[in-house]
Order: sequence, then C-alpha cells, then structure tokens
Amino acid sequence: MMPATETTSPPLRPSGAPPHAARGEEGPPPVRARRDIVPLLLVPALMLAALPLVGSPASWVTLSVAGLAMGLMIFVMASGLTLTFGLMDVLNFGHGAFIAVGAFVAASVMLAMGPWMGSDSLWLNLAAVAPAILAAMVLSGLLGWGFERVIVKPVYGQHLKQILVTMGGLIVAEQLLKVVWGPDQITLTRPPALRGAFIIGDVAIEKYRVLAVAVGLVVFVVMQLALGRTRIGLLVRAGVENSEMVEALGYRIGRVFVGVFVVGSALAGLGGALWALYQETVTAAIGAQVMVLIFIVIIIGGLGSVGGCFVGALLVGLVANYIGFLAPKVALGSNILLMALVLLWRPQGLYPVARR
Amino acid sequence: MAEALLSLRGVETHIGRYHILHGVELDVPQGGLTMLLGRNGAGKTTTLRTIMGLWRASAGAVRFEGRDITRLATADVARLGIAYVPESMAIFADLTVQENLVLAARSGPPRAERLDRIFARFPALRRFWTLPAGLLSGGQKQMLAVARAIIEPRRLLLIDEPTKGLAPAIIANMIDAFRELKDGDTTLLVVEQNFAFARRLGDTVTVMDDGRTVHHDTMDAFAADQALQQRLLGLSMDTHQ
Amino acid sequence: MLRALLSDNLPRSRWLAAVLIVIVLALALAPFLFPGAKSLNVAVKICVFIVLAASYDLLLGYTGIVSFAHTMFFGIGGYGVAIALARLAPDWGAVALGTGAGVLVAVVLAALIGLFSLRVRTIFFAMITLAVASAFAILASQLSGLTGGEDGLNYRVPEALRPAFRLVEGDVLGVAVNGRIMTYYLVFLVSLALVLAMMRVVSSPFGSVLMAIRENAFRAEAIGYRTVVYRTVASCIAAAAAAVAGALLALWLRHTGPDTTLSFDLMIDILLMVVIGGMGTMYGAVLGATLLILAQNYLQDAMAAASQAASGVPLVANLLHPDRWLLWLGLLFILCVYFFPTGIVGRLRAARGRG
Repeated sequence: MMPATETTSPPLRPSGAPPHAARGEEGPPPVRARRDIVPLLLVPALMLAALPLVGSPASWVTLSVAGLAMGLMIFVMASGLTLTFGLMDVLNFGHGAFIAVGAFVAASVMLAMGPWMGSDSLWLNLAAVAPAILAAMVLSGLLGWGFERVIVKPVYGQHLKQILVTMGGLIVAEQLLKVVWGPDQITLTRPPALRGAFIIGDVAIEKYRVLAVAVGLVVFVVMQLALGRTRIGLLVRAGVENSEMVEALGYRIGRVFVGVFVVGSALAGLGGALWALYQETVTAAIGAQVMVLIFIVIIIGGLGSVGGCFVGALLVGLVANYIGFLAPKVALGSNILLMALVLLWRPQGLYPVARR
Repeated sequence: MAEALLSLRGVETHIGRYHILHGVELDVPQGGLTMLLGRNGAGKTTTLRTIMGLWRASAGAVRFEGRDITRLATADVARLGIAYVPESMAIFADLTVQENLVLAARSGPPRAERLDRIFARFPALRRFWTLPAGLLSGGQKQMLAVARAIIEPRRLLLIDEPTKGLAPAIIANMIDAFRELKDGDTTLLVVEQNFAFARRLGDTVTVMDDGRTVHHDTMDAFAADQALQQRLLGLSMDTHQ
Repeated sequence: MLRALLSDNLPRSRWLAAVLIVIVLALALAPFLFPGAKSLNVAVKICVFIVLAASYDLLLGYTGIVSFAHTMFFGIGGYGVAIALARLAPDWGAVALGTGAGVLVAVVLAALIGLFSLRVRTIFFAMITLAVASAFAILASQLSGLTGGEDGLNYRVPEALRPAFRLVEGDVLGVAVNGRIMTYYLVFLVSLALVLAMMRVVSSPFGSVLMAIRENAFRAEAIGYRTVVYRTVASCIAAAAAAVAGALLALWLRHTGPDTTLSFDLMIDILLMVVIGGMGTMYGAVLGATLLILAQNYLQDAMAAASQAASGVPLVANLLHPDRWLLWLGLLFILCVYFFPTGIVGRLRAARGRG
C-alpha cells in the first residue's frame, strides 16, 4: 500500500491532510487488500523440502545459491518478454535473439579488454565487465527497437503470424550472428575477481553466483519500483489490464509499448551477458537454448505477470539445480513436470493477469 | 438551443463483417445533457465507441467543436477534452483507487479542490483510497469510473449506462453528480436504459433503432408523448417510474 | 476415380496439377530415372518430409495451431523402430511392434500436451510444445542405454530390405532390384497412402469443423463444438503420421540418432516447407518439401561455388557460405508470412483465377 505522498508525481494534495486521514469519520477502516502470497511461499517451501533430500547442509546451501543465481538470470531475461505479452498481447519467439546478441557483444568487448580482464585488480576487472554489459544492453535494446518496428508491428493481434514471423526473425538473427562472429563458439574466461568461491566453514559459494543474485535482485527491485511508483509504471500496469481504456484516457499506448519492448530487449541483453560469463562460452544457439527455460518460467508465472515471472524463475532455477544434483539425467524434464504441476493447480499460471 | 458541440453526420461503422451503424445523425448541444435511448442492440454503445475512435467509422463524419475528428486516434480524441465511461466501467482492478485517479489526471497531480468535490459526492472513494479498485463494490466502481472522467475539467463526457445494476440511493447520487456537472461547463452524452433516470436528467433526446437515429426531440416533448415512446422504445416511460 | 482418391480436393490450377504430376511420377520412378545412392537418398527424404509437412499442415494450416513438437513425434516413431530392431530380431515383427509402439506413444503424448495446453490459449500450445520437445531431445541423448545417446542406434533391417537381397535375377530397366529399392518403394507407397489419408481427413466433416474453429474458435464453441477436443484429435492424427514417417526414415537409414530425427533444425525445415509451399492446402506441403529438400541437396553446392567466387569480399563470402543458407530461407519465410500467406500453391491458384 502506498501512501498518497509517495507517488513520483508531486503530492496529490499539497494543502491539507492526505485523504485517508479522514477515514475515521467516513466509516470503518477498509479491509486490507489480501495479497496472494501462496505462490511466493512455494520458493521457501521448495528449498526446505530439498534439504532432507540433498542431505548435506553444505551442498544444500551451494545448490540453493546456484539455483537462485540461475533463477534470477532467467528472470532478467524473461521479464521483458512477459511484459510485452501482457501489454500488447505479443509473444515474441525471437526474444532469444536479444539474449544471444547481448552475449556476443559482451564477450567481444571483454575479449577486447583482455589485459583488464586478466588483471588481479577488482577495479580493472569491473572496468572491463561494466562497459561490456552496457554495450550488450544498448545493442540488444537497439535491435529490439528495430525488431518491433520491422517484424512485430505489422502482425499485432494475429497470434499465428506473430509466432511464425518472430520465429523467422530468430532464425535470421541467429544466422546473422554467425555471419558476424563466425560459426564457432567463443570461449570466455571470467576475470580473476569473479572466479573462485567464498568459503564459509564447509560451505562454498561461487563468487560469480553472488554477483548474479545481486544483479538479478537489483533488476527486480528497480523494476518493481518503476512499475509501482512512477507514472510510466502506472501506465504499463494499467495497459496490461486494459490497453483500450488507457488510450481512452488520452495516452498513446503504442509508445509505451515500444519503450517496454526496448527495455525488455536490453534486459535480455543484460541477461545474455550474465549468462555468457556464467557459462564461459558463447554460441549462436544460446538464445534458443535459454528460451525453453524462459517459456517455462513465464507460463508458470502467468503470462504478463512480472511477479509471477520472478517466482517462476526462482522455482525453475532451484528445481533445475536440486534435480541436477539428485538425478542429473532428468534435470530439464523436471522443469516440464514442475510446469505441469503448476498448471494443474492454476491453469493460467501462478499469478493470472486480470483481463478486460 | 445552443450550437452543437459534437455532431455526427451519416456515420457508418462496421465491426468485422457486421455492419452496425447505418448513417447515424446526432447533435449534442453545448452545455446540455443529451440522452441516447433505444432498445438493446440499437447501436448506442457502438456510437459512443465510434466517437472515441475505438471503432473506425467507414463513412460519414464526426465533428467536435467544428473540427473533423473521424480519423483521430483514440488518445488524441481524449486529449481534445472528451472523456469516456464505458458500460463495463473498465476500472483498473489491480491499481488502487488513487492510482486510477492519478492516471486519469493527465496534466499533473489531481487538484485538491477537485478531489474534495469528488470526495464530497462519492465518499467511498476517499475511504478506499489505497485499496485495489478491483475490491470495490459495483456502485463504488461506477463512482470511480465517473470520478476518473471528471478528475480534470473535460468538455464532453460520454457515459454508457451509468445506472446499470445500481441501487436507488446510488442512482440518486449519480443524478446529483450529473446535474452538478451540467451546471458547470460540461456537456454530457449519456446512453441509458433506465427511462426514469433519463427523464429526470435529459435536456434533449435522440432515439436509435437498428443502427440508425430515428428521432430527435427535447426531453420535455418526448416525455409528454406516450404514444411516441411506445412506438420507439416499446414501452412507456411512466410504466418505469 | 482420381477425384475419389484426392477426396474431391483437386489442385484447381493447371500449373499446380502439372507440377504435382511431375513430382509423383518422378518419385514413383526415381530408382530408374535417377539411379545412384545420393539421388535415391534425396527421393526418400522428399517422401518422408512430404508426410511430415502434410501432417504439420493439418495443424498449422487447417487447425490454426503452431506446434514445435512435430520432430519429437517423428523421433518417437524412428526410435520405436530402431529400438525394436536393435533389441529384438531384425524381422518384420519387430518393425511392426516398433512402429505400433511409436505411434501409440506419440498419440498419447500428443493427447496429453493438447489437453493440457489447448484448454487455456492456443499460444500456450506453441510454448509448451517447444519446451516439451527440447526436454525430450535432451532426455533422448541422456538415456544412452536405450537410445544410444548422441551416437544414436545402428541396426539391421528385415532381410527383404537389405542391399544384398534381390527380388528378381538380373536387372530391370538396367537397374538391379535389390533390398534398397524394395525399401524405397515401401517408403514411397506408405507415404503416398498417408498423404491421401490426410487429404481424406481434411475433406471430411471433421476437417470442416477444424477449419471452422480456425476461423472463429468462439463461434465454433458457441455452436457446440468442443474446440479443445477437436484440436487435440487433430494434433494426435498429425503426431501419428509423423511417427510413421519417422519409422520409414529409420528403415531407410538403418541408423537413428538425435540429428536425423529430433533436432530443432528439422522442425524449422518443416515450418519453412509448409509456409513456403502454402498453408492449409496439403499440396503446399508436397511442393514445399520437394523444393526444400532439392535445394538443401543441390542449391547448397551452388552457394559454395558463389561463396568461393566472393572469397575476396569478407562479409559477402560469409553471407553466401552454404552453412548460412538458413539465413536466406528465414528471410524468404518472413516475406512469405507477410506477403504470400497462401504460399506457392496460393500463387499458382491465383494465377489461374486471373488467366
């Protein structure tokens, strides 16, 4: 619940008390909105359930951190996709192209900054990684803008054509990546500051995973703040519910959509860069590979819901790591099973988006 | 009668393969309240949506303050000072009451005196200020929908069936609200099925049937001619008092 | 007779009819017209992919749903025969058992996926089939004890299909009728039967309901058709046909692995065939599959030559590299979806309309 004075727009009532101060005279205080927290509780529940199965607490901590890191990276990549779907009913199968471009651009920049990347100084390492990630985001965002204009715009409202055309866009983009960067995979080494692990007692936590968790959480918090506390965020949330009414209030929702598309693409680029550093290799197929997980995540979360996407990503990351440890052969199958279970429970996903 | 703020000439609208409006003629006089009446499926809602640019007229012209707005995008129509309250109310259920109103106030934060007037008229909005609008009752949602349309001064309000499913006390409240608006400088075009309500508020009447406008009149003359009502609407207003 | 065979679904264009006759005749006489291992291999692939593309058209063109799991069903059929032949004796019983089991698994899986995802929104179907298919591909390469993993399975086929087998002593029209040719005709005839059967399906009342659902799902539901059931049944039929196609290819190749059956590249090929050939026509699948397989096998050589010629110009040489041919197909695909949604068949029929 946000008090009246916390919107980014200036306070609603510059003079006098905020409206809810008068509540007492008007009648009983309102019932608090009941937030649906059951899906949120699934994450700790899953972690607790995994503890006895994994056995060793040290392995459990390592796996949990790995799962959260993976989940948050997927969240970063998936959030833009779920928002564009919610806002304009566009499902972009070509989203993986932005991830791949982000990975390649970041890898190129980092390889070009070889000495800084190899240096033992944390600051020089970061000075190489930061511009690489920035470049990845900018180029993915630009590509997203072009993609929206050329590929997606002509097929608004036509699901079948959308799926076909955006899939075609993915094929072409993947091939162009091979034209520009060559068909072979690029090997990347994490800078020294991001290699190795923190050792606490007998628990080992990889440094890079901590960074991935931090970046993912920052993206999530910034996104929540932007959606919850800014006017643009208000427009996006309202548009997800009923874009026609947003138009009727006098806002050009198309511009908001392009903005969200570009931001979503840039985030995919960021996710691609993080993923590349995580895997330490980059191939043109990276986008298509991750897309499978992303689809599972946004289906689990409820198409269009950022909160659902967040919970879904954490569940998928955790399940992949726990099962990968317990029964490595069925790791990806386990995510399909997770998706099936969630859909049996809630056919529209964890947080179905209210629709007109 | 004052000159028309809004006028439709020969408006035809298709939705998909269906031809819904067949040459609608409508004048909404400046400063008055025009009631758009007609049986279910007569094309009243489609007329409002065509004015807003939510459906495209395939022929004819929609003029607002003398300017042709037939081809304008919905957002640009709204920016001319036309507000729309759809029948479904279309409040944003996941947004709070406050957020719904902040969004509706395009040019900046809502003005305190404006808010105070709205709160005086619809106290429930003050009470549930920070609640997601989806939790409001039907009547409260309608209040929010109307409040959203008047959070800033607008030239013309298009309101689709504001009394549908509302309790009599709330309807009385709506009547007062619309009177107050009319006494200000706001012009209203209201689609209505509740004839008692229509009669108490309307200055002029346009009746639609089968996608056409079939009758224009002042409300007083129309209310007096029961045979006409019977023919055009299939029932007399008095039976609905 | 011909009309009945084609289920009243005539080409409706003289050019289209001519092209179809050429394709069918060329395939029917392929061993004699184009002797040689490579060309026979191309002919088999054309037959198998015509079945795959036609069954995919049943989904994409007639039902209006996009599946990315078609190669999964193809693979299930292939692995069914492969595993049966590798584990049991190389005889017809194993072939029948493997094919039957493959078709059964494919249909059950298709029904499950359909009932799960078509209930909510068709867009779910596209996403879920993509996820399930890639999980299946990984599973197949992981369960190496059963599937041979990345290497796949090699096995012996029934005696009548082996190269050493001779149907008649001596040559027929200068060609020795050996087991390979027997296999070719098995593939050709079963493919032909499957395509004709699918044409019957789309011309049946069931097919009309599918198209009604594609045009307006809400209305079809309102009239009283259970759209989920119809779409799911269509998906099961397509899966069964794809599984049989997989079994045919398995018999021809005597090898089944992830690359030959499950790879996502194959899925893209099928998509291209149907869209470029013309969605919702069945004949489009025949044309699309034939063109694409021919191009894959012969056009790439031309691209290699062009790339060689352009070797001085760095980026252009890369663009023309035969491995990049998907780039050009992808562009063609996008243009087709935008500007020629009815594909080659639609163009040919439109040309007739004007002429």
